[in-house]
This record gives sequence, structure tokens and C-alpha cells, in this order.
Amino acid sequence: MSAAGMTGRWRSALLTPTGLAALAGMAVLLFLVVLGPVIWGDISTTTNPAALSQKPSATHPFGTDAGGRDVFARTMTAARLSVLMALAASAMGVLGGALLGALPSVLPRPLGRAILAGVNFALAFPGLLITVVLSVVFGQGVLGAVFAIGLAILPAYARLTSTLAASVGGRDFVAAARVLGVSRAGMLLRHIMPNIAAPLIVNASVTAGGALTAFAGLSYLGLGVQQPEFDWGRMLNEGLLKIFVNPATALAPGIAVVVSGIIFTMVGETIARATGVTRTFSDKLPRLRPREISAVLTIEDNNAVLQVRGLQIAAPGRSRWAELVRGVSFDVGRGELVGLVGESGSGKSMTCMAVAQLADHPLHVSAQSIRFDGQEIYRGTAPAGSRRAVSRLLGTRLAMVFQDPMSSLNPSLRVGGQVAEPGFLHGGLSRRAAWHKAVRLLGQVQIADPERRAKQHPHELSGGMRQRAMIAMGLMGNPALIIADEPTTALDVTVQREVLTVLHRVHRETGSAVLMISHDMAVITGFCTRVMVMYRGRIVEDISTEDLVAGNARHPYTRALLAAVPTLETERSVPMPTIADGEDFDTDLRFDLEHRFAARRQSTADKDAIEREGAHA
Amino acid sequence: MTATAISPTPTTTRAQAAPNAWPRFAIRRGGQFLVSIAILITVAFLMLQMIPGDPARQSLSPTASPDQVAERTQELGLDQPLATQYLAFWKGLLTGDPGQSISLRMPVEDVIASRLPATVELALLTVLVVLAIAIPVGLLAAALTKGGRRRGLELTFNSASGLIASAPEFLIGVGLVYLFAVNVPWMPVAGRSGPASYVLPVAALSIGAIAALSRIVRAEAMDVLSSDFMRTAAGKRMPVLRKYLRHALPNLMTSTMTNAGLFLGSLIAGTVLVESIFAWPGLGMTLVQSIRAKDFPLAQALVVVYGAIVLMINLAVDVLLAVLDPRSTIKDS
Repeated sequence: MSAAGMTGRWRSALLTPTGLAALAGMAVLLFLVVLGPVIWGDISTTTNPAALSQKPSATHPFGTDAGGRDVFARTMTAARLSVLMALAASAMGVLGGALLGALPSVLPRPLGRAILAGVNFALAFPGLLITVVLSVVFGQGVLGAVFAIGLAILPAYARLTSTLAASVGGRDFVAAARVLGVSRAGMLLRHIMPNIAAPLIVNASVTAGGALTAFAGLSYLGLGVQQPEFDWGRMLNEGLLKIFVNPATALAPGIAVVVSGIIFTMVGETIARATGVTRTFSDKLPRLRPREISAVLTIEDNNAVLQVRGLQIAAPGRSRWAELVRGVSFDVGRGELVGLVGESGSGKSMTCMAVAQLADHPLHVSAQSIRFDGQEIYRGTAPAGSRRAVSRLLGTRLAMVFQDPMSSLNPSLRVGGQVAEPGFLHGGLSRRAAWHKAVRLLGQVQIADPERRAKQHPHELSGGMRQRAMIAMGLMGNPALIIADEPTTALDVTVQREVLTVLHRVHRETGSAVLMISHDMAVITGFCTRVMVMYRGRIVEDISTEDLVAGNARHPYTRALLAAVPTLETERSVPMPTIADGEDFDTDLRFDLEHRFAARRQSTADKDAIEREGAHA
Repeated sequence: MTATAISPTPTTTRAQAAPNAWPRFAIRRGGQFLVSIAILITVAFLMLQMIPGDPARQSLSPTASPDQVAERTQELGLDQPLATQYLAFWKGLLTGDPGQSISLRMPVEDVIASRLPATVELALLTVLVVLAIAIPVGLLAAALTKGGRRRGLELTFNSASGLIASAPEFLIGVGLVYLFAVNVPWMPVAGRSGPASYVLPVAALSIGAIAALSRIVRAEAMDVLSSDFMRTAAGKRMPVLRKYLRHALPNLMTSTMTNAGLFLGSLIAGTVLVESIFAWPGLGMTLVQSIRAKDFPLAQALVVVYGAIVLMINLAVDVLLAVLDPRSTIKDS
């Protein structure tokens, strides 16, 4: 990173409210540490028998303590000892811990392991307990307290360092340095330490804040600073004894501890921002409005199960909205098998999520209209009609099968219960009846011994079984449309076939339509009768599978996509045609709706023929 | 690897515990526990030996006569060879007779027996309160702020809980004493007498832990809520409460319980301070008193008891984790 970028980051980190407060707080602390005892030292130790335990007044803003000494002056004076002890103990713990944590990566392995084992043993105990034990050994007083707290910090810091060092040690550039023969010590100093310095420094600052309160606690218990010396903890101890006489004697040191603790935390946060340990986002995005489209289309084709008009999806980027889907319109006929292909990021999954109303915040979905099963479910920027009715419709008539069967089922719940759920949520079945139906459906999707499988958890099933269980779950309702989002991508080839066969059987037996998303041309052309190609958020091709296979695709992107699919006749000596990363296709070459819907009607006519082919593909 | 079972990569499968994993886990973890206890006892023993100067003299008043010092040296067993002392220390602990408290003039085991229940009560009550509040709060915060919505609320929750979580129990305790002793005297601020006396000590111990745990619950819940199976659940269009309690909550429990167990460990340490603030007659207050009085036999025994409690909690958490999530039993092998 350039020096200019560095200073820029520091400047922008310091110019936040936190940064400015941290800076001001540090200045105040520094002032008190250097000048506090000089200015208030004498007053703070002057006893005044005439003014014992007085309440706050103009001369004593926080009153006086049991010896008649001014509490405010004592608090200001105690800053030096309190802060310096915290810094000394932190320095001890941080440096010692960093050294101890870094050693395992340069020492011989057994030795390194022994160190880590010791660190882990110490970490099993809370720091406070270690501090108390050490204070027995070191005795009470300033030095003893610094050692006790410094050594108690050490193990946690050693572990942090070794964890960070190990994570950096696994990265590529370290591996490269190792191959180049850099010594382990050199590796540590040149390659590992610079990369873990930032989080270590940030944590050091937080540690100092923790040490400050730890000292207050220790002195409060009477195990830290002893009279006649005093720090904030000692003052808290004395103040709490007098809390009914003059509560301000406890309040002043209490405020001092809390405020200094917050200052150290804010310093840590500012350093974290400046060094990039935490990232800052700007979340000021322009309000997004659905693009006005002059003529609202009248949808006359009532034979369609799904009709999408003018669907747009946007996601918030760093400074502006990114349009992921830019005005998509399509139909899916009843009982039709439609494929939606395109490269990743083309918006195909997004489109289906929006149709199912599962596109979650922060995605912004707008559409002229989405009709499903004869009912409008989305208009403008919100679901249309009553929420309950839409939920019920989608819950019973729309089934979803997702890409990754490993993660689509809830790992904590039994498979049967998950499959049965839609039955008693929307189907009006009792739990028992729903369970029986679930078992029956599991059998129907070719899961052997469904009775036993239903009682198992997802991790006890194979990937193919889980995907078929997902299909069974969809069948609990009476689906008019199954949206299958890359249902076979995560599965191996033989299992792919099983799942596709089950899906096809379901389609044949229940007459439900299937909208299958895939980037796999072979799967799509084998299964679907019509294919839509998505490219950069638009549908650029809508064609029957027959025409597609016959080479009648009109859009250059579709042709490029097809050319990239190898067949048995592909010449192996010639490099495979690919679509380059930067390659641009014209997205404006779109089909007008009339043309596309005419093409679709024709394709439905040939459906049966292709379907037979598809089953054998 | 974290305890949650959600993995976005399709290649990760939930490994199942091998048939012989349980005995192996029991031997490994049990052995680790016993070794830790042995180290703990050794450290407690060495604690006395490492004190600079003469512990016997330190435990007496500065004006004590040489005869008194000699007597105390004998009483503490410091005139014996190191190995003999070490064996005697072990024997005392194992036979439940670790010696005589100097300051309280009664057997150490009697002191522990009379003070332990107060501390255990305090700790258990605090854990229940922490779990009962932190889990719903964390889950609610996650549900309200998932996917980057309600940035303002997220910021408020994060900074407020971060601030509270980083405030040490003892400062919260001092604040509570200040508030209730001075301004609103509703609650007794010292002693252990009647249900009302539990309120402030439990509050002092639990407020920070609630903030810390609810942050963890929220972070874990954000992961769970953005997982594929929650999308499946959303696809079933179920009531909101069912979605969160039936589908999300069970997946949070493993990590929450692990963290709660770890908090329990540091909470045990927190009792040392909180008991001193509220004059709670438990082990923590006794430990502090014994150290200030240089009552070394009592301090040594209490260090062993406190350490053993922490080690037992860690063991219990690991066993619980192994039961909830069998994969964790094989993760180290």
C-alpha cells in the first residue's frame, strides 16, 4: 500500500466521531499522567480534620474522603498510577504473549507444542483467578499487582498471536517463501509478523483498557495498591465503605475507570479502522424506484401457470444500486418443462427467488406483474393481495428444489417432519396424517425403507436421497409448478440421473410444470421442451429445445454457449471454444414479447415428441 | 471448526462419529481432566513455596517472636523436605482434610462446606438468568437486522452490548450498589438473606454476560438465518414464530451452550469480586479474605476448589457438546 493511501486511511479514521473522541481522550489521559500529580498532588494528600467525609460543595466538587482529602484532586492524581500500571502490565502481557505465541513457529516442533499446551492449560482458567493466585505469590503492592495482571494477560495474547501466525503461515505467499528457502526466523520476522501486527496492536489497546479495570478490581479487593499509595481501585474500595456518607467518593473514581476504559476501546477501534482490520461501509444509497413502464401489458394467456412481466431486481453496491435483473418477462405453461440457462451471475436464480418471493433484503424487487396459478401475487414493489392468501397459494402450489441438498434440509430436524410440515401448515392435515403422507411420498420418490428414513436426520441420508426428500416435500402440497434451481449440480452423474428421473415422473404423474435452472446445457436439453437463455440480467433467447439442438439459436451468446458444450465428435486436438471473461454480447438484441410467446406456443405443440426424447437422453 | 452444522460448500458432509469414538473420547478427555487437576494442585502447592521471603513470618504480625515463627513454620509444614510437603498436600486434599485455617481457626474443609453453597447458588441462578434473556434477545436482534436491514438498530445493539459486555462485573456491581444504596433503596445491597438479596448480585454477574452472549447468539443466528435450510423453511410459508423457534433455534443451541459454558467459567471468577462487593458469604469473599490475612492453607485449598470447578465446567461443556453434536467427539483425533 502506498504511503499516501496509508495517511489517507488514518485521516479518515481519525475524522470520525470515534476517532476524534479517541484522540481527545488520549490527550486528556496523557495530560493527567504527566501533570496530574504535579498539579493536584499536594492537595490530594493534604488531610483536613475539619472537613471529614464532606458532601460535594463548591470547594470540593466531589466532596472529601474519610481523611478530609479532596476526592477530585485524588482522582486526578491517581490517574498517573492507574494508567501507568495498566500500560506496564499490558506491555508485559502483550510483548511476552506475542513472543511466546510466535515461538512455536520457529522452535522445533515438540518444544512449540509444549509451549502451546502450557498456554492452553493457563487459558482454561479465567484471568481473574490467575491474577488472584499470582497476587498471593507476588504479594500486595504496585509491583506485585503489575506482575500478577501482566502474567494473567500473557496466555490469551500468546494464543491470539499463535492463531494469527498459523493462519498467515498457511497462506500462499508464506508457502512461496518457504519454497524459496527463507529460514523460519526470517519467515517470522519478514513475512508473518508484519501481517499480523495490525490485529495485535488493535487487541493491545483493548487489552490495556481491560488491564485498567482489572487493576481497579484488584485494588478494590485490597490485593493491589496499598496505602498510602492510591489508585482508582483503592479509592473505589474506600469510597464504597463511605457510600452512605458521601456517595461521590465512590462515584469519582468509578467514572474515571469507566471513561478511561472507553477511551482505550475507542483508540483500539480507530486503529482498527485505520489499519483496515475492520472495514467501513457507506450505506447511503439512492432510493430506488421501480422503472416506470408506460404500457401495462394485458395478460391474455390464461393457460400459463406463471406469468412474469417486467421483473427487475437490484442489489445495493458500494455506492450505487447494481441491477441484477433488468426487466424480464416470460411465461410458463401448465405442465410445461422449461429450462432457464445462463452463466453464474446472469440473474437466473435471482429471478426464481423473486418469483417465489424468497428474495430477501437487501435485494430490491419490482415487477409490473407476476401472476401465479391464475392469481396476481406481485405488483409494483410489493406482494399483491392479502399476505395470507399469497402465502397459502405459494405454500401449496409452488414447490422449490434447491441446488445444495446438503444444506437445504435443516440438520437439527428429522427428515419426515420436515417433509410433512407443509401438510399440516397449509394442507389441513393432522400432524399424524401429514407424517403418514410424508412417508408415502418418500417412498414415491424412490427412497427405500421410507419409514426408517423419515425418522432420521438429514446427515444420515445421501445427497441424492436428500434431494429426492426435497422433491417429496414439494409434493406435500399440490404443486402446479416446481422450481428446480440447479437441482443436480451438487450431485455426481449417476445420482443426477436418479433425481432427474424422479422429477420427470412427478411431472408426468401430477401434471405440474417444471422451471429448471441450470448452467448445464446437456441437462437442460435432455429435460426441457423449451429453453430461455439469460445473459446479464436479460432473457436473450427463448427457443424450443428442438430448434436449439437443430442450431436455430438467434442470439450469438446462445450459440457461443452451445459451442462450448463438448460432444463425442468434438475434435480433441483443437482447443475447446470458451466464452472469455471480458467477452461482450449485445444485450439489446432482445425478442419482443409477441415473437417469444408465439414461439412458445409452437413449442408446446411439439412437447410430447420432445418429452419422449428427453426421457431417453 | 465451529459447532454449527451449516456449511455452504456442497463437499462438506456431516461426518458421523465412528463406533469406537465414544470410549476414545472418554479416555482422551478424562485423561486431560485428570492431568489438569494434577497440574492445578501442583501449582497451588508451589504458590506457597514461591512466595519471596518466609511465608510463616508473613502470616504473623511483624512483632511476632522467633518462637511464634518457628511454631507457625511447623504448623505450615515448612520445616519438612519439599517432597514430604508435596505428598502431605496431596494426601490432605484427597482425604478431604487439607488442614487448619489460620485466620478462622477452624478446619479448611468446614469453611469450604459452609461457604460453597452460597457461591454455587449464585452462579447457577446467574446462568439461568443469562440463558433465559440472552437467547431470545440475540435471536430477536438477528431476526430484525438480518441481511443488512435496520442498520441503525444493528449499530445500536452492537455498540450498547459491546459497551456493557466490556464493563467488568465489579464495576456494574459498584454501579448497582451506588444506585440502590443511595438513590432507590428497594433492594438490600449486602448480605444473603431472603430472595431479594439475590437480585443485585445476580444482576451484577449477569448483565455483562447477557450482553456478551446475546452478541454471540446474534452472530450465530445471522449465520443460521442466512443458511439454505432457512430458505427452505421460508419457502414453506410458516408462521414467523415457528420459523425461528422450531427451525432456527435448535441450530443455535450447540454454539450457544458452548459459549454459555465458557462464560460460566469466567462467571465463577466474577463471583470473587461480586461477593466482595455485596458481602455475599461465599467462597469468593473467603478467598479474598484469606489472601489478605495471609491464611495460606485456606487460600491454597480455595484455589484448588475454584480451579477444579472451572475444569469441571469445561469438561461438562465438552461432554454436552459431544452429546449434542457427535462430530465434535472426533474432531481432535
